[in-house]
Amino acid sequence: MSTVANPNAPGTETTAGQRPPSGRRSAGPVLSDRARSERKLGWMLAGPAFVIMLLVTMYPILQALYDSMFSFRLTAPDEKSFVFLGNYATVLTDPVFLRDLWVTVLITIITVLVELVLGFALALVMNNAIRNTRGLLRTAILVPYGIITVVSAFAWFYAFDITTGYVNNWFSWVPGIGPDFNWFSSQWPALFVIMASEIWKTTPFISLLLLSGLAQVPSEYTEAAKVDGATWWQRMSRVILPNMKAAIMVAVVFRALDAFRIFDNIFIMTQGQYGTETLSLLAYRTSIGRLEIGLGSAVSVILFVCVLLIAFIAIKVFKVDLAGSGKGR
Amino acid sequence: MTTTSHAQQARGRGRRGTAAALGAVGALVLTGCGGADAGGTPTLTWYINPDAGGQAELAQQCTEQSGGRYRIETSLLPRDAASQREQLARRLAAGDSSMDIMSLDPPFIPELAEPGFLAAPPQEVVDATTQDVLDGPLEGARWNDELVTIPFWANTQLLWYRESVAEAAGLDMDRPVTWQQIMDAARRQDKYLGVQGTQGESMTVWVNGLVKSAGGEIIENPEAPADEISVGLDSEAGRQAAEIVGTIGRDGLGGPGLPTSDENASMIQFQSEQGSFMVNWPFIYAATAAAVEDGTVEASVYEDIGWALWPRVDADTPSAPPLGGINLGVGATSEHQDLAWEAVECIVQPENQAHYFVTNGNPAASEAAYEDPEVREAYPMYATIRESLDQAAPRPQTPFYNEVSTAIQQEWTPPASVTESTPRNTAEFIEAVLRGDRLL
Repeated sequence: MSTVANPNAPGTETTAGQRPPSGRRSAGPVLSDRARSERKLGWMLAGPAFVIMLLVTMYPILQALYDSMFSFRLTAPDEKSFVFLGNYATVLTDPVFLRDLWVTVLITIITVLVELVLGFALALVMNNAIRNTRGLLRTAILVPYGIITVVSAFAWFYAFDITTGYVNNWFSWVPGIGPDFNWFSSQWPALFVIMASEIWKTTPFISLLLLSGLAQVPSEYTEAAKVDGATWWQRMSRVILPNMKAAIMVAVVFRALDAFRIFDNIFIMTQGQYGTETLSLLAYRTSIGRLEIGLGSAVSVILFVCVLLIAFIAIKVFKVDLAGSGKGR
Repeated sequence: MTTTSHAQQARGRGRRGTAAALGAVGALVLTGCGGADAGGTPTLTWYINPDAGGQAELAQQCTEQSGGRYRIETSLLPRDAASQREQLARRLAAGDSSMDIMSLDPPFIPELAEPGFLAAPPQEVVDATTQDVLDGPLEGARWNDELVTIPFWANTQLLWYRESVAEAAGLDMDRPVTWQQIMDAARRQDKYLGVQGTQGESMTVWVNGLVKSAGGEIIENPEAPADEISVGLDSEAGRQAAEIVGTIGRDGLGGPGLPTSDENASMIQFQSEQGSFMVNWPFIYAATAAAVEDGTVEASVYEDIGWALWPRVDADTPSAPPLGGINLGVGATSEHQDLAWEAVECIVQPENQAHYFVTNGNPAASEAAYEDPEVREAYPMYATIRESLDQAAPRPQTPFYNEVSTAIQQEWTPPASVTESTPRNTAEFIEAVLRGDRLL
C-alpha cells in the first residue's frame, strides 16, 4: 500500500497510464481509479478483521514482554518488582534451560528428518498407486494425523508403560527389551518413545504436502530423463527433488515449527521427568505450575524468539516460498 | 413488488432472528450470572477434588437441610493435587467470585492464605466445627497461628503387608517394624516393596515421612520469607532418608517400575505375586475390595492383606507417617461468605465425615467419626488409622511449598540415583531457587 500514489497528494500524477514521477513515494505500479477503489473496498472489508487479529495476537505477546520484566509471582501480588532483563539473565544462564533447549532442538531435528524420509516414501507410494486404490491409501495413511494428539499420546503411553504396556512382550526378542524394561525411567528410552509417537502422528501431514509437490513435477521431465537413460536415483536427485524444493521446504518449516513447540506428548507420557522436558513444558511449568509469571513470561518470550528465528532462517536463508509463487525455486 | 415483499419478509425474519438470539443470550446471562435460581436461592459453588461421588452427595444433602437458604453446586477440580492447586490459585488470584467453598490439600493452604485469598472463618464456625478434630489435621488447617480452613477429612499412610510374606520372613507385625527390616524381608523373599518413586508429589510425601521419622525437618523455619528459609535436609536425618531411598532404588527392591511408580502403580504391584510390603493411603483397601468384585484381583489377595503403622527409621523412635486429607476453605472474593461458612458447618458434621469415610474410603478428621459402627465394620483398621493420624507429621507448611516439593522431586528421582550427597544438593538447590537464582 505504501508504494501506491496518493491521489490527493499535491504534485502527484494520478491519471491512469501515466508514468509515475520520480521519487520514492511514487515508485510502483500506477493503478486505475477502479483498481484503487477496489483496493480501498478490500481494505474496508478486510481491515476490521485485520485489526482484530492484530490485537488478538499482539496483546498476549506484548503482555508477556511486559510481564517478563518483573519479578512477579501470582500468589504474592504485593511483592511485584521491576527487574528489567534480570529474568532473561536467570533463564539463559540456567542449566535447566540449556538442557531443555538441547532436548527441544534434538527432538526437532530427529523427528523432522525421519518424517521427511518416511513422508517422501509414503508420498511416492501414494503417487504411484493404482488409481482405484489411491483414495483408500491416502485415507489409511492419514488416519494417525486425524487422531487428537492427547489421545495418541495416551495410547503410546499405555502401550509402553511397564504396568499396562504390551510392547515389552511383543519385542522381548530384541536385545535389551524384556518384561522389566521401564521405557519412561530414563532419558533416552523415554525420548525414543516420545519421538516415535510424534513421527507416527505427523508423518502423514508431511507426506501429504510432499505428495502435492510430487504431483506438480511435470511428467515430461521424468519421461525425458528416462529416455535419456537416467537411472531411478538420477531421476530422483536431478529431476524430481529439485523441482519439489518449494514443497519440501514448506513441509520442513511447518513441521520444524510444530516440533519445536512440542508439548502434549511429553506432558502425557513423562511430564518432562528424567530429562525429557522441552522449552514449552518449562514455560508451562514456570508460569502455570510455579505461578512465576515474570520468569515464565521470559521463557515464553525466548521460545517465541526461537520460533521466529526458525521461520526467518527458513524463509531468508533457504528461500522457502510460502506463497507458492515459484520464486523460491 | 415481489422482490420488495421478499426483501421485507427476509428483513422481518432477520429482525425476528436477531431478537430471538438477543433474547436467548439475555436469558443465558441472567440465569448464568445471577447466582440465584428463579426463587432467589443463592447458589454456592463447591470446588471438589475427584472422589467416588461423596462430596456431590453431601452437597445435595446440605442443600436439602438448608431449607432453601442456599443451594450447593459442585465443580470438579483436576485429579492430582498439584493441578488442583494451579487451578484454585489462578482463579483466586483473578478474583473469581464463584470461589465459595474449596476442597484444599493442606500443604498448599499457606500459599493461598498468605496473600489473603482465603476468608477467615467466623469464630462461631470454628467453635462448632473443630471441637473434636484430631490434632494433626487441625495443625494443617492453620497459617500464621490462625485457623484459615476447616478440616473435612484427614489422611495418613499405613504400612500394608501381605501376611504370607511377613510370616515367611519371620516378622512379628504386632510390633513396630523398621525400614531395614522390611527391606531385608523383601530381599530375602525376592519380592518387591511398594513405594512411590515417580517424580511427583508422592516422592515429597515419602521423603518428608522418612526425614520426620528420623527426627529431622525439611524446612526449619517454614514461615520465613523466601530468601531466609533454612533447609534442614543436610543433616543426619536427611542422610538416613537418602540411604533408605537410594538402597531401595539401587538394589531393585521397589521393582522395575519404581522410577515411574505412583500410589496406584504401587498398589497394582502389591496386588501381584511380587507384592510384599507397601506404604500407601487407606484407599487401597476399598480399591482392592472393588478389584476383587470386578474379578481383576483374587479374593485370596484381599484376605492376605494386613496393616500396621508406618515403618520406623530408628527402631527406638516412633515413626512420623505422612499426613494428607482435605480441608474446606472459603474464597475471600466469594459473594456469599456467610452462607458458605454455614454450608461448611453442615458438610463437616462428624456423621457426614463417618458416612464419607464408609462410602468413599477417606478417613475422617473428626474423632467422633471413629466411634461410628459403620466405620468400624467397613474399615477394620480404623484404630490403626486413628493412631497413625495422631503420630502423623504434615509436610512443610510454607507459601513456597510448591518450590520445595518440586525441587525434592527432581533431586530424589529416580531413587537409584539418590546418594549420600543428595540431601546437601537438594538443600542448596531449594535455597538457590527461593533466592531466584535458579530455575526449577
